[in-house]
Amino acid sequence: MQPFATLTARTLVLPATNIDTDQIIPARFLTTTERTGLGAHLFADWRYDPAGQPRPEFVLNRPEAAGCAILVAGRNFGCGSSREHAPWALLDYGLRAVISTEIADIFRNNSLKNGLLPVIVDEATSGWLIAHPGAELTLDVAHATLTLPDGRVVSFPLETFARHCLLEGMDELGYLLGRRAEIEAFEKHRGESRP
Amino acid sequence: MPSAPRTLFEKVWQRHEVAPESQATPAVLYVDLHLVHEVTSPQAFTVLRQRSLAVRRPDLTLATMDHSTPTLTAQVFGGAPIAIESAARQVHELERNCAEFGVELLGLRSAERGIVHIIGPELGLTQPGKTVVCGDSHTSTHGALGALAFGIGTTEVGHVLATQCLLQRKPRTLTVNVEGTLRPGVTAKDLILAIIGRLGVSGGTGHVIEYRGPTIRALDMDQRMTVCNMSIEAGARAGMIAPDETTFAYLAGRPRAPRGADWERALAAWRELPTDPGARFDRELNIDANDIEPMITWGTNPGMSVAVGTAIPAAGDALYQRALAYMGFTPGQPIKDQPVNVVFLGSCTNSHLSDLRSAAALLRGRRIARGLTMLVVPGSQQVKRQAEAEGLDRVFLDAGAEWRESGCSMCIGMNGDVVARGQYSVSTSNRNFEGRQGSGARTLLASPLTAAASAVRGRVTDPRDLM
Ligand code: SF4
Repeated sequence: MQPFATLTARTLVLPATNIDTDQIIPARFLTTTERTGLGAHLFADWRYDPAGQPRPEFVLNRPEAAGCAILVAGRNFGCGSSREHAPWALLDYGLRAVISTEIADIFRNNSLKNGLLPVIVDEATSGWLIAHPGAELTLDVAHATLTLPDGRVVSFPLETFARHCLLEGMDELGYLLGRRAEIEAFEKHRGESRP
Repeated sequence: MPSAPRTLFEKVWQRHEVAPESQATPAVLYVDLHLVHEVTSPQAFTVLRQRSLAVRRPDLTLATMDHSTPTLTAQVFGGAPIAIESAARQVHELERNCAEFGVELLGLRSAERGIVHIIGPELGLTQPGKTVVCGDSHTSTHGALGALAFGIGTTEVGHVLATQCLLQRKPRTLTVNVEGTLRPGVTAKDLILAIIGRLGVSGGTGHVIEYRGPTIRALDMDQRMTVCNMSIEAGARAGMIAPDETTFAYLAGRPRAPRGADWERALAAWRELPTDPGARFDRELNIDANDIEPMITWGTNPGMSVAVGTAIPAAGDALYQRALAYMGFTPGQPIKDQPVNVVFLGSCTNSHLSDLRSAAALLRGRRIARGLTMLVVPGSQQVKRQAEAEGLDRVFLDAGAEWRESGCSMCIGMNGDVVARGQYSVSTSNRNFEGRQGSGARTLLASPLTAAASAVRGRVTDPRDLM
């Protein structure tokens, strides 16, 4: 995982609430055995018509979408299926952060493990962001803050461990492997006290 | 000094803390049972291979294939190739990974294969007090036996394969207390749809739900699994039901449940699990089961439901407008008598033997409507055999339905079992998201009884009209 300290980028806005992972990446694209290449199918059923042609009105198909790296979405983003293909598809497309008033648990976990930053903001901030697509924001992981174009700074929740992993580009597997002695002790203890 | 009263969740959590959480770090939580399937595991095995890691506890790991597998007998047993090439690749990759890493696989032609959340309990592997994880959000199903069971992503699948542990922040607790008696024709599916309607699709976010109360105690295991299965549709990480005599009777004698003296010891430990009197939950919701009607969804998330005899809400917000447009409904339209093209009886929510029995009881001696397609997909090969031994397959076939091999099938449409664009499907599955059953498909979630009744009429039907 690449370290993630700060990001300054423009936003793409999808105001719909409850955007589920089936919308982010429809199930028919899950037969892949790779992590890469999913960006082409991101939001496939909203982005393309049944004949496979881009729908010009959809945000990802507008010229101003080019280079945007922050997705602003309605409440409860990423609900539904646990498919990690959802953050993989968002990252593969070029997005680095998702902002919403609520982000579903499993999606949030999966995002952090891949260096996609989940940012939870209050209703007022979210309302402003939804009303101003293309706004340039700065995200600061060390301070867990978001800076709006007018200089206002909004903080968001990001627990210490997640912050540390993002900043260092650290992967949790390394951390868990480092706890081997405790895991062995746990297994041994249970082995003795169990049937 | 007696310890403070604890909830079922807290007891199971504490017993699996390799290291408790602190301000700086999440808990290291030990996993007792890791279920693996073909869709969310390939990239995890790749990481193991890249880092030269072994599977730490193959004895606590079981793989099967269900999501992208065919349900046509010719493709499962007859030697015909799997129609979707990428699905075939995924199936073969799982076979290769399991062989290489020494993981037991209930493969395509195994007599014990089935939907991962059906076979865990069926084999007696899912047990009270265990931690159960799988790269699938409906892992919450296993909580019906008093396990702490939740879905994880593929990176975490890799963590569990390599270390048998996960890094987790402790979730909050929510109790849903249900009192009263479900009326005839009203099932566990209707109950959970009503609960999700009350909680909302993100009402459970960050929480583990414990379902409690006399109504829950009165449910059999299949029904309890239906309830816990859909906890994730309210956003909850897990759903749990305290183990009791119903649980123990269900598990006794199952092939991988403890036996003899081990059984007695396990039973004694399981009896300690239920929530202590006076234990506190972070939140509470009370539900009166007497009021619940057969439910059906009209929109594009499982919280958008109404009683089958009533009408779609007459007005709503942007999400409502969007859902209505996708579904092709008009505001305030009665849901009853809405024409239906497809009926799907299956999925990890409602493909147990008892689900098939209840639908068959309604279909016996009747035929499905002309022009309607009905797919019946048992949850496992064992459910299929049991149903056939009772003659249920004949009931479905005589009614004009299709009888398939087990798998996820039309719940997710990965294997080609899809609903065509614009068509209406009454489905016993758990998600009515846009495109879930196929691009442009319109899904109405309901119980097996409502699905069977709607198949007979070719229109959304209150099952009590035919009972
Ligand atoms: S039946 Fe549907 S919800 Fe259940 S595991 Fe399969 S795809 Fe997921």
